[in-house]
Amino acid sequence: MDNKKSARVVVVTSGKGGVGKTTSTAALGAALAHSGDKVVVVDFDVGLRNLDLVLGAERRVVFDLVNVIHGVAKLPQALIRDKRLENLHLLPASQTRDKDALTEDGVAKVIAELRSKFDWIICDSPAGIERGATMAMRYADAAIIVTNPEVSSVRDSDRIIGLLDSKTEKAERGEFVDKQLLITRFHPWRAARGEMLSIDDVLEILSIPLLGIIPESEEVLRASNVGSPVTLNNPASAPARAYFDAVRRLKGETIPVQVPSESRGIFNKLFGRKAA
Amino acid sequence: MSSLIIQRQSLKFRARNYMAFVFTPRAPIAEWLMDLDATLERSKNFFTGHALALDLSAVRLSPNGIAHLVANLEERNIRVLGIEGIEPNDATPELPPILRGARGVQDVELREPETTAASENPVRTSEKPASLLLEDPVRSGQSVAFIEGDVTVLGSVGSGAEVIAGGSIHIYGTLRGQAIAGVTGNRRARIFCHRFEAELLAIGSHYKTADEIEDSVHNGPVQAWLDGNTLKISAMH
Repeated sequence: MDNKKSARVVVVTSGKGGVGKTTSTAALGAALAHSGDKVVVVDFDVGLRNLDLVLGAERRVVFDLVNVIHGVAKLPQALIRDKRLENLHLLPASQTRDKDALTEDGVAKVIAELRSKFDWIICDSPAGIERGATMAMRYADAAIIVTNPEVSSVRDSDRIIGLLDSKTEKAERGEFVDKQLLITRFHPWRAARGEMLSIDDVLEILSIPLLGIIPESEEVLRASNVGSPVTLNNPASAPARAYFDAVRRLKGETIPVQVPSESRGIFNKLFGRKAA
Repeated sequence: MSSLIIQRQSLKFRARNYMAFVFTPRAPIAEWLMDLDATLERSKNFFTGHALALDLSAVRLSPNGIAHLVANLEERNIRVLGIEGIEPNDATPELPPILRGARGVQDVELREPETTAASENPVRTSEKPASLLLEDPVRSGQSVAFIEGDVTVLGSVGSGAEVIAGGSIHIYGTLRGQAIAGVTGNRRARIFCHRFEAELLAIGSHYKTADEIEDSVHNGPVQAWLDGNTLKISAMH
């Protein structure tokens, strides 16, 4: 599994559902591909696939991850190249199967083959802590933990971090999986009024480095609805810029994280509208 | 079955102590089974679902005899977790595993089996660690149990995590989960935490949930101890 290209396997995970894993996988994948890297996003949500929709590739799915694991199709047959970014590929999940179709050996083989072809392998984890989630994180070098600033999401993330430290192949070898926190759906005005956990609270509870803060924005929903990652659909919008910054940090740059403030939020909203 | 802790960087294996009933059959086995049936007559499912160990040091049974006894117990809905007091040679793969390192009043010193160097039993070393130090946070869903003594956590204990100690518990981060000290009956065990947001505190069998703990101690440094049969919790300044 050694690789001269030093491919990096990153799992996007959270424990809780609906916090923005798939949206973030698509946005980060597109931003990484935009920077010139070869990227594949892999949907591990077998039975409830969504990543194809968010990327606008749902009408081009022929084969999927489970087909490749079972040897029904070869990996290149299942990979779908994005129409807008030629560096961006999708390996879709199967909608007709369930998570039991993901075998440890099968996933290992697929990941190993992807490592030889891509710079980044972004695994979109299903919610929960069961087989789908543990298989998505199994071979990860790094993890992006997606959290909303509210207590249930934070506690579930804490649980997932514990699993990353015990159930991944790296952890079992006694190594560390790099873990970074992506706070999504952040409302500056609600945070200011104390209606959500503050960024400091979340960081104190989870005690892992911060990859970025994505402000809550209609742009994210709008992008999903047209089947385009927000980083492609409206690169100038506040969430897109936050994702681009997160990608620069992911690639090792040190840039300070700015907490979106209320006034900035309004400014961005106006700006975003003009640009759209 | 004791305090074996193998710690790699992030993955921890822990051996734990559990409470189990111990059956000590006496010869002749047929009569002993009849006595057992008489007990079961009074409370039919008393042993159902409980962990149960078989101490065979008082009888000499062939592997077939042991298998027969285990089968007889299974017929009575009694599942055997493990066996102690038999020769390793008598332990066929079909039988429950051999248990070692039992403690308590009936501590049976097993005859030293011919051990190879690889199967050295760490439980027998006299210098058992009396405390456990955890440098990483205890995350939600994780459970750390250390019956032999004190537990010190340098980070925080997450909501939905639990720390269980035979002795005292010291948490230098925030305690958001459960801390259970003195589980082996040590009434002098205490719980200390740098910041208190716990879901539950217990010393021995005395516990308080977050609801029952006055708000004034929350979010600050706290200690908890037993005063008679009352669990006392106070802020530390």
